[in-house]
Amino acid sequence: METELKEKITGLFEKNRERIFSNDPPEISHLREESFNRFLELDFPSTRLEGWKNTDLKKVLGRDYNFYFEPLDEKIDFDKIFQCEVPDFDTHIISLYNGWYIYRDKPLVKLPNGTIIGSFAKALKEYPEIVLKHFNKYAKNRVNGLNALNTAYAQDGVFIYVPDGVEAYKTIQMVNVLNREDDLFVQNRNLVVLGKNSKLTLVHCDDSHNFKSSFTNSVTEIYLDEGSYLNHYKLQNLNNNTSLINSTFFQQEKDSNLSTFAISLNGGLIRNDLNITLNGSGSNADVFGLYLVDKEQHVDNQVYIDHAKPNCTSNELFKGILDDQGSAVFNGHILVRKDAQKTNAYQTNRNILLTDKATVNSKPFLEIYADDVRCSHGATVGQLDDNAMFYIKSRGISEYNAKLLLMYAFAAEVINRISIAPLKDRIDDLVKKRLRGELAVCDQCVLHCKNQEKKYEFNIDMSKI
Amino acid sequence: MLKIKNLHVSIEGKEILRGLNLEVNPGEVHAVMGPNGTGKSTLALVITGREGYEITEGEITYKGKDLFELSTEERALEGIFLGFQYPVEIPGVSMTNFMRTALNEHRKYRGLDPISAADFLARMEEKRKLVDIHDKLTNRSVNEGFSGGEKKRNEIFQMAILEPSLAILDETDSGLDIDALKVVANGVNKLRSKDNSTIIITHYQRLLEHIIPDFVHVLFDGRIVKSGGKELALELEQKGYEWLKAEAV
Repeated sequence: METELKEKITGLFEKNRERIFSNDPPEISHLREESFNRFLELDFPSTRLEGWKNTDLKKVLGRDYNFYFEPLDEKIDFDKIFQCEVPDFDTHIISLYNGWYIYRDKPLVKLPNGTIIGSFAKALKEYPEIVLKHFNKYAKNRVNGLNALNTAYAQDGVFIYVPDGVEAYKTIQMVNVLNREDDLFVQNRNLVVLGKNSKLTLVHCDDSHNFKSSFTNSVTEIYLDEGSYLNHYKLQNLNNNTSLINSTFFQQEKDSNLSTFAISLNGGLIRNDLNITLNGSGSNADVFGLYLVDKEQHVDNQVYIDHAKPNCTSNELFKGILDDQGSAVFNGHILVRKDAQKTNAYQTNRNILLTDKATVNSKPFLEIYADDVRCSHGATVGQLDDNAMFYIKSRGISEYNAKLLLMYAFAAEVINRISIAPLKDRIDDLVKKRLRGELAVCDQCVLHCKNQEKKYEFNIDMSKI
Repeated sequence: MLKIKNLHVSIEGKEILRGLNLEVNPGEVHAVMGPNGTGKSTLALVITGREGYEITEGEITYKGKDLFELSTEERALEGIFLGFQYPVEIPGVSMTNFMRTALNEHRKYRGLDPISAADFLARMEEKRKLVDIHDKLTNRSVNEGFSGGEKKRNEIFQMAILEPSLAILDETDSGLDIDALKVVANGVNKLRSKDNSTIIITHYQRLLEHIIPDFVHVLFDGRIVKSGGKELALELEQKGYEWLKAEAV
């Protein structure tokens, strides 16, 4: 079945070669050929691979997906079907619809301060010098078949460039929406480049719009030049038939600062492959994750942090709540290279299992070659605290609300680190809704702007009184 | 208000309470005293519905209702409050939010609308002063980072907010210095009324110098072996429990 899909992919690649290559500078075409052969050699990841031991793609790769090599919905008025109205949260929205960049006015916008935002396909043509400098320099084609397939196949995605010294004036919000009446196999390729001492806030939302079984194989490369600062949020709210492989590669130069969140609210199968290379001294990465998993959902977070240079810090905090037969994986690998003295690296993964059938596989892994370092890791898997439950109930709070209080308190440790107040409030609402089982994936998007938190007796946010 | 008849309770096959009888009427303050390990805390936890205790015989009625038919939260909503011997720390749940949620559950149970933010804050402020608890503490997570004394004061603070009809204070005096003890006792005394009852579980007589009980009971080996007035507490203080052990055999 997987073989069928592989054959289909091979056939389509040959058949659509001209179209796939149509925007490419010659270097990219060459890379596609090479990557395609690499994919054929590596194949889809199987559970025989250590990093995929607990995430089995066999079932979802057995489905019959449709591939499209040109946009199908060019004429849709995206702003009519999708609006984001988080109160006090003014963003520059860019969107991918069924994997293709929505043009609105222009495929690429250059703002007065030099920031370029737009379609990756168009950037290949118009800004090859920027793209070629970074494209596929950080992704792991050599070892990951899905990354290689993406490099071979991906035609469009989002391109963002912030020039040296520029502070992007508004938060950029990337929205991915899938909405077709067939099962799609979508491959996006995103490239984000932050110049020296630049600053950007990027909110990346993955949404499915219907209940079809799509498979998204997305690769995002993000380059942070010296002294730059990126505040990055990945929000995932997908239907239970959707599979999403989100591979993100952060390359950090000297004194750069990254704060990134992976918040998985809903989805059939989600894999976040987060790779961070601290390639310049004085750089810092804060990596946070929250996953709420129930039914037969599966969320896999792979966090690989490469401390390549001295005096860098990394902080990881991933927390998960699992209900029903939900399953989760956390693999945190910290590599401290020989030269990376004075490294501080901290990693924590905590999980709450609400049922006997929910499972978590948590594996911290430190690989340290330098001697003057401070590293720690910790992983816990537990239940809601019986003593706390009794204490709360003894005050007259129902079992249901007592559980909510404890689950929310557990999740809040991650939410509280979100530095943008309106976004924090919104995510706070979403998590509460999700914990109450009220979060619907058919609402407009992850941020559910149109459905304000309704008045509810379980009122946790005291900042509002 | 509370009637306990021939109560037998076991934990993991071991019988802790062995035929306990106790009756508490509205407005009364009862002190339950006794050496460690005689079942005082078990009694408190069984009344409030902690899981893990097996009731092998006997009954408890509260305001005429069979207590064993009610869940922990229903008992609380019916007006039973337990001041914990070891208050639980709950990181991430703010005191304010905890109390507001609890209070609103009580209001809902009585068919009332949720309390307004302004009224709630006013109530917090009033009760906070009663037990002299710092407002910084009420903004923190429940009991997190509180000292032993602060935790006990916090129990009385919660009691003041929830206004129970039957309060059970389990070793509320343990770990308190004399000033804190006075504050706690003062809080309890101010909340006393002709309709409310209190059961004070204690090891020592000193709390009873500040909260004068109507009745004193000695719990020994799973039974109440002696009951009397407040003088009994003094007698126990002077003679210890040994003479009762001899009497009980």
